[in-house]
Amino acid sequence: MSTSSEGGRRGFLALELDGDGAHPAAWRKARHAPDDLLNGARIRNTVLAAESAGFHAATFADGSLDEGSGIAGRLNALQRAAFAGPVTSSIVLVPEVDTVYTEPFHISTQLASLDYVSGGRAGWLVKASTSAEEAAAVGRAVVSGAGLAQEAAASVEVSRKLWDSWEDGAVIRDVPTGRYLDVDKLHYIDFETPADFAGQRYAVKGPSIIPRPLQGQIPVLAPAGLLAEADVVLVSAPTLELLADELAGIRGRTGAAVVAELDVVLDSRGQSASARLTELDVLGEWDSPRARFVGTAAELVDVLTDLLVVADGVRIHPAVLDVEFEELAQLVLPELRRRGVLKPVSPGGTFREVLGLGRPLSRYSSTVTVGGSVVVGAEN
Amino acid sequence: MSQHTRAKFQPSGRIQFGVFFQGVNSGTIWKAPESGSQTDFESFRRIAQTAERGLFAAFFLGEGLRLREHLGRPHALDVAGRPDAQTMLAALASVTSNIGLVATQNTTYNDPSDLAHRLASLDLLSGGRAAWNIVTTDNAWTGANFRRGGYLDHADRYVHAEAFVETAKGIWDGVYGTPRLPRSAKYRPVLFQAGDSPDGRDFAARQADVIFSAHPKFDDAVEFRADIVSRSLAAGRGANDVKIMPASEFILAGSEHEAREKKEWVRSLQIGPQQAIAYLEQFWGRELSAYDPDGPLPDIEPAVDETSETRGSGFHGAKARELTAQWRAEAAEKGLTIRKFVTSRTARVDATFTGSYSSVADTLAEYARVGAVDGFNISPWLIPTGLDDIVNHLVPELQERRVYPTEYAGNTLRENLGLATPVRSASLVPEPAR
Repeated sequence: MSTSSEGGRRGFLALELDGDGAHPAAWRKARHAPDDLLNGARIRNTVLAAESAGFHAATFADGSLDEGSGIAGRLNALQRAAFAGPVTSSIVLVPEVDTVYTEPFHISTQLASLDYVSGGRAGWLVKASTSAEEAAAVGRAVVSGAGLAQEAAASVEVSRKLWDSWEDGAVIRDVPTGRYLDVDKLHYIDFETPADFAGQRYAVKGPSIIPRPLQGQIPVLAPAGLLAEADVVLVSAPTLELLADELAGIRGRTGAAVVAELDVVLDSRGQSASARLTELDVLGEWDSPRARFVGTAAELVDVLTDLLVVADGVRIHPAVLDVEFEELAQLVLPELRRRGVLKPVSPGGTFREVLGLGRPLSRYSSTVTVGGSVVVGAEN
Repeated sequence: MSQHTRAKFQPSGRIQFGVFFQGVNSGTIWKAPESGSQTDFESFRRIAQTAERGLFAAFFLGEGLRLREHLGRPHALDVAGRPDAQTMLAALASVTSNIGLVATQNTTYNDPSDLAHRLASLDLLSGGRAAWNIVTTDNAWTGANFRRGGYLDHADRYVHAEAFVETAKGIWDGVYGTPRLPRSAKYRPVLFQAGDSPDGRDFAARQADVIFSAHPKFDDAVEFRADIVSRSLAAGRGANDVKIMPASEFILAGSEHEAREKKEWVRSLQIGPQQAIAYLEQFWGRELSAYDPDGPLPDIEPAVDETSETRGSGFHGAKARELTAQWRAEAAEKGLTIRKFVTSRTARVDATFTGSYSSVADTLAEYARVGAVDGFNISPWLIPTGLDDIVNHLVPELQERRVYPTEYAGNTLRENLGLATPVRSASLVPEPAR
């Protein structure tokens, strides 16, 4: 086990904050009254706690819940992230947003708005919904197979083009000429789905109705295999060993940041992790595609230290949010920080900064950089 | 309440305020040194928190679906760039505690299941403060930004909107199966509506809790109230069930004289020379930059082949000739320059209350006494400081006259507007709208 960050690589940690935790029976062990799940106070408390504990990012799952999930419902993920924006200062806020049964123009505006309310801390976890219920709700046929990746790619391309459709500095407020906007810095995107698009083809005209997001381009996260152009790839595998192999393999093939997906069950308040898991499993079956860590905080520190050698970050899915969080905050993150394997958290920083990404110029910009120097007025 | 009392309108003797952060319009001044950002969250926070300090019932946001255009390019002269309404309101929910959060949302380019879910979510997140301002659109020009593209016949827009609203209510009620979210403490989001045609008024009388009206002038407001009361009764609702809050603008100062001077200044910044020319260009359908904004109206004929569906170019062809000839005659008769003529047409002439704090408070007290309106939805002409003098000076004057709340009635928008909790009508199973 390595105990220091040799080579100087430091990673980031994300925490999934959905519901009461990743285990289907998590609600039975939550440390709050059932009625206190779906409100603003719960969002504020959990996100602020994650920020104070030193997590770099919070993610928010979305979509309709399975039958018999045990909880009353799920608030819209993007709204939860937006609610947390003004009350936090460093934690990155990443809602999951579907690309299949949603309007790309609305999504683009909503995510850009999230970037504004969070001061540039927005991310987008791309989902390609396979839910028949969600398809029926919007009167569409269920999309499956290769169609899912096509839908995701098209929706992401629409958003990225719309985010660039207002160049930086398009709001000029030029009193002498009476112009609020420089129209030369606004662009129609004229997006069309490709000819081989499996679903019903569509077009989006643009430009956006909101100026360019603070980050320029909001980082896009996607499960491995869904989206060729993701900024961050989330990697899952059934066991820790397979996960390490998978991470190494994917990292060799992509320029994107690579994040390990990990389910976590910890010893808590004198009860062993395995005993807790047994109790939970009696209450409901946990069918997860992710590698699972079951053990002590100290063991988890070692596992995370190793994972952060082969991954840029780890996203933790706590079995029971309230319970696992206490151990993570008190025992795991402090030790990881002591070992120097975590990136520093910077209040006021952007998600792109956490990822080490610069702020790109708009693709429509007439100002381009060549060899590090700025050239004005080049063809676009 | 008995049928008898429900049938008779009872003035509440009070008025309330809402604030409409418009985001895209010609009324918001961007040329003053104190004009702030239209997109920074701090502007939104500042307006919402000032409104809450002034015990406003509601904070409104518009919805943008396509950038306005002028002669085939994006319109450059007015404030533009509008964040998503519900995303901003979700963020504001965490830094406010009582004010209602109203999202304008379109029934043509949204989906009922998605919109109903997000409104229910905002309602829970804000502790029962969410509202939906229902609007309809019928043009394919806006549809060019949407998968659902297309457009509706103008006549069908309320038919579609009503099916949409019934579907949303059905979703909240669990008519189509277990809802994705439980209801908030106050049943469901409050419904606002702004339609003004006979169809629009009937739609509002059947569906809305509050009408965001276009009738702030006293006599007009009284007449509108009577009309809505009779339509509400015809729809089987009580005479007081539908609240009315007209759009309005306030230009206030310590004295009448100062207020009039301030108004001149506000108008000069709202309608600059370029805006005046651009306004006429929409109707002439051609470039008019050669004309002097301080001279007479253009003597050339409008382009008659203009067929753009761009919002704002309201009419085409022969109709344009007729109207521009009429304008020319009107301006010549009154001796108005282009700029003065356009100002007289575009400024919120009827919707503006100008005067000293005490004289405007007297005027509003009269609205309250007769129940002409339930409140005013104020569009500030300055962001983010545009509510400061209203909250600091006008609200106390109104409170002294006992026509304005001195505290919030509760934490939910329904409580603060004095709306009854609607009875769930599970027996109604509407056809889902698509």
